[in-house]
Amino acid sequence: MAEYRITLPLTDADVEKLRAGDSVLLSGEMLTGRDAAHKRLIALLDEGRELPVEIRGQTIYYVGPAPASPGHAVGSAGPTTSYRMDAYTPRLIEMGLKGMIGKGMRNEQVRRAMQQYGAVYFGAVGGAAALIAKSIRESRVLAYPDLGTEAIHLFRVEDFPVIVLMDAHGGNLYEQGPREFGEE
Amino acid sequence: MREIQVAELTAGVRELFLKANYEIGPDVEEAVCRACREEKSPVGRDVLCQIRENYRIAREERVAICQDTGMAVLFMDIGQDVHFTGGDFEAAVNEGVRQAYAEGYLRKSVVQDPLFDRINTRDNTPAVIHTRIVPGDRVHILVTAKGFGSENMSAVKMLVAADGEQGVLDFIVDTVRKAGPNPCPPVVVGVGIGGTMEQAALMAKKMTARPLDTWNKDPRYRALEEKALAAINRLGIGPAGIGGNTTALKVNIDFAPTHIAGMPVAVNMCCHAARHGEMTL
Ligand code: SF4
Repeated sequence: MAEYRITLPLTDADVEKLRAGDSVLLSGEMLTGRDAAHKRLIALLDEGRELPVEIRGQTIYYVGPAPASPGHAVGSAGPTTSYRMDAYTPRLIEMGLKGMIGKGMRNEQVRRAMQQYGAVYFGAVGGAAALIAKSIRESRVLAYPDLGTEAIHLFRVEDFPVIVLMDAHGGNLYEQGPREFGEE
Repeated sequence: MREIQVAELTAGVRELFLKANYEIGPDVEEAVCRACREEKSPVGRDVLCQIRENYRIAREERVAICQDTGMAVLFMDIGQDVHFTGGDFEAAVNEGVRQAYAEGYLRKSVVQDPLFDRINTRDNTPAVIHTRIVPGDRVHILVTAKGFGSENMSAVKMLVAADGEQGVLDFIVDTVRKAGPNPCPPVVVGVGIGGTMEQAALMAKKMTARPLDTWNKDPRYRALEEKALAAINRLGIGPAGIGGNTTALKVNIDFAPTHIAGMPVAVNMCCHAARHGEMTL
């Protein structure tokens, strides 16, 4: 289990080398999005219309931050549970989405798309939201401001701590980790 | 008869939700510290360390422990000799929630219509308010800011007498197993056994807010709490679900009389951001 410092956007070489269990500090820019924003993006695709943000090469953090209090770039901002995005994710990976940050399991379709097109699913520690917010230096809304916390934001992060949960080669820390420690 | 101004309720509710969202209870923090010492997985220990550090940052900087500052749930035991004056009871409670979430920079996570529009109410109301009339002239308020990553992993099952203790144990452990990493382990598991379907669920919710250093007073149920905890921690799910022997911090069980034909069991999952608080007016 290696440790890396990676600057976003993720390159194909990054995606290729990362393995489930690796610890990574991410710096650079990422998008945010939850169910409501994903639903709108997919509806636009279904209508053959252009998206308000570029997905190719991007990393999406599944988060709905708390409001920023004075002196903070963003409020507490830990990951939300990712399976709620599973229905939408394969389409985005097909369009070139390279990274996702969340918590919890993904379905078979998402894992297959990750392997087919090359994408990585990172985990941030769910609930460690005040700690994670410290690595977010800037936040601004890129699309869907009416969604409030669920709007698509651009986050500029520095040394944002994540663990590779699922890699582009079929590795899955949610299977490997519990298997090692389970006593059943 | 004792008169209580509803403005007092508003102030109390506001205070409870601010505190719950910034300051983790000493019972929860102690349980995480103990888990940190006993966890066998090195990565699991790192995760528990991050969780402790997160508690510290939230408390010191007065920011939310978790961005999901939850749906506001209140259990209110109201003395029958109390007379509320100066306004509407429910409106006053909701006003306390509204003030806490607005002034405290807490996330507003409530939508008005669950199925069709899903439009955010923008002030985290309405709260879920459970009232009970009790003897006396005091008001006891127990609150929990309930996150939905864990709420979504909860379950109710209508067991029968023949399922016995093993049936209950299996249902609790299965619910945690199926939840896997989703509810932000280590979790607190609230369990209600008996009553009717909704009473079991209510007990389970209340049990997620019972301090982690307390046990059921009936030794048989206490033993079941301990057995269930041990079985859950053998699952290997671990902190953040990436492997380890700390999957749950505590199993809290309550029980109630039920019908001769049934044995409802509810399991309400709560994460390590187990935010609750209480006060008496
Ligand atoms: S389950 Fe709890 S710790 Fe996890 S994101 Fe939701 S509220 Fe936060």
